[in-house]
Amino acid sequence: MAKHGTSLVTDLARARGLGASHTGTEHWWAQRLTSIALVPLTLWFIFSMVRLAGADYVTVKMWLASPCTAALLIALVLVTFHHAVSGMEVIFEDYIHCKCAKLTTIVVLKFAGALGAITCTVAVLKLALGG
Amino acid sequence: MAYSSSRPLSPHLSIYKMHPGMIMSGLHRITGFALTIGLILMSWWLIAAAMGPDAFARVQWLLGTHIGKLALLGWTFSLFYHFGTGLRHLCYDVGLFLSNEGSVRAGWVVAVFAVAATGLTWAVGCSLLYVK
Repeated sequence: MAKHGTSLVTDLARARGLGASHTGTEHWWAQRLTSIALVPLTLWFIFSMVRLAGADYVTVKMWLASPCTAALLIALVLVTFHHAVSGMEVIFEDYIHCKCAKLTTIVVLKFAGALGAITCTVAVLKLALGG
Repeated sequence: MAYSSSRPLSPHLSIYKMHPGMIMSGLHRITGFALTIGLILMSWWLIAAAMGPDAFARVQWLLGTHIGKLALLGWTFSLFYHFGTGLRHLCYDVGLFLSNEGSVRAGWVVAVFAVAATGLTWAVGCSLLYVK
């Protein structure tokens, strides 16, 4: 560690301790929080899908019309999209080396993820509220 | 450049001896990618259900084809595998299995769990279909 006065790092930068990435633990913490939330949500979803195996449209619609199902599904959709987008972000950061392509891909990914999450939420709401 | 060649470099992937942790970690990322593709499929299924019986019938037909079933099988395995290695990561975060032997042992548990859970899910699903 360079002594104060000999380093080019400012006092503020040293106090923040973030380094070249400019971000701290937020991404890591969000990945952990969403993965913990996904443990029960995913198990519930698989259980529901197995139960619905071979079901017709009316049965699926009835399942989706229940407020509990709708609430859990919206939670699943939002948390899954967040988790997937942040995971894909890391993959793109690691494997796309051209800075311009990397930035473009991540921006497209974030917008597509947000749009996907919103569309799925609207779909669940439409079914739950009897549209 | 004499200067840069004398600088220490991080060894490339091929330098390391292969060990279970490397394969597990790589598969965690690959299954995560596969699950994102699966998420698009799940979104389509939900949106089709909201659009009406015709759109829903189309997506159900596609999922019922051999390719659709294969995709669903791969998706189920990816899900249980990623689920297991994800839990392993959470265990690492609180300091569990943080040794060479511990991580390999946890890796085997995850691999067996992923195969067994996939088998069980499909066995129950198929037998429910048969009963119906």
